[in-house]
Amino acid sequence: MSDKFTVEIISPDQTVLKQETKEVIIPSFEGQMGILNNHIPLITFLRPGIITIKAEGEKKYYVEEGTVEFSNNNLLILTSTARDLANFDKSSINELLQKAEANLNTESTDKDRYIASYKIETLKEISQ
Amino acid sequence: MPSLDDLKKRIKSVKSTQKITKAMKMVAAAKLRKAQESAEKGRPYSQKMQNIILNLTKSINDPQNAPKLLVGTGEDKKYLCVVLTADRGLCGGFNSNICKLAKTNFKKILGEGKELNIITVGSKGHDQIKREYGKYVIKKFSFKDKKNISFNEADEVGKEIISLFNQNKFDKCIIFFNNFKNVITQIPQSQQIIPAETKNLKEGNDQNFSYEFEPEEDEILEDLLPKNISTQVFKALLENAASEQGSRMTAMDNATRNAGDLVDKLTIDYNRSRQASITKELIEIISGAESL
Repeated sequence: MSDKFTVEIISPDQTVLKQETKEVIIPSFEGQMGILNNHIPLITFLRPGIITIKAEGEKKYYVEEGTVEFSNNNLLILTSTARDLANFDKSSINELLQKAEANLNTESTDKDRYIASYKIETLKEISQ
Repeated sequence: MPSLDDLKKRIKSVKSTQKITKAMKMVAAAKLRKAQESAEKGRPYSQKMQNIILNLTKSINDPQNAPKLLVGTGEDKKYLCVVLTADRGLCGGFNSNICKLAKTNFKKILGEGKELNIITVGSKGHDQIKREYGKYVIKKFSFKDKKNISFNEADEVGKEIISLFNQNKFDKCIIFFNNFKNVITQIPQSQQIIPAETKNLKEGNDQNFSYEFEPEEDEILEDLLPKNISTQVFKALLENAASEQGSRMTAMDNATRNAGDLVDKLTIDYNRSRQASITKELIEIISGAESL
């Protein structure tokens, strides 16, 4: 049996990616999570961060939120904000970063602040 | 018998109408391609989302404490109907088909003595429904000024639905829209979004997964359910946009063809009466010459 499984990233307006892979690392709400094949069925959601897909090469996507389901060796990532890091230009990163920093102080709940802080952290990491 | 001049004028007017319908058909065809593409690309997202929700529904052991958005209020008294139509006319039976389906349902709901509330999206549907059911309409949306439907519009409608639900305004929510099958076939459909419909579950999907949840199941559901409502509305809007263009294209194609037929007929009439008047003049000349 192969050690691969399918990963799909789907946004409301298109299928961003569908391919075979060996390992995917997702920024789940409670921390980074690595997924290999035959993982137990799982549902979780994402915080802002980077999805890393390891196949022949490595692919990285920036996400702000999303829902993840794993079942039958099929990893499904539903998100409206997936951006391929390979063509994510500096100016739009900075734009998002500024917005996020401005929002950080106005967020009312702890959960929103938690999400915003991760967003800033991730964006800073990418822009370096 | 209309005079030659009248016929000429009519032919001209029919021809210019034909030009308009032809242009509208071309525009619809161009827009259709785009709308169809986004409708088809948007399908997986909403389907998968629905699937996750359905799987979650099955894994719930304690319906009493499950979120109300998922299992409903347990009552069946108040209905909210969301009717999605276009903002523009001249698209064949598109708007009327949705309204017809919606009205049949309204009648049924009212006939059973239940409470009915209506939200309309799109001004054409509002116009058709307010005549009979105007007093039930609680809110109307119109995205006339938006060129392309985006998720934000759907979210607006979704949030409204959820806030009404939280105010206990309804027990069940049904949306009406046209499902885009292909250019000539659009099927008016109703879909129950609150509580989530579980009956059209696919057979092969019937294994009972025991999912691992992270964080807790309740928290996920709380996040996912409102999102799902908006997603379903978004799907309906996309399907509708594609259907509208398809329907308009067919309608305008028919109109162009009809105008062509009409022009042919009028041209024959025109030529015939022109010939008749020439013959008449000839007869007059000949009989005039004979009498000399």
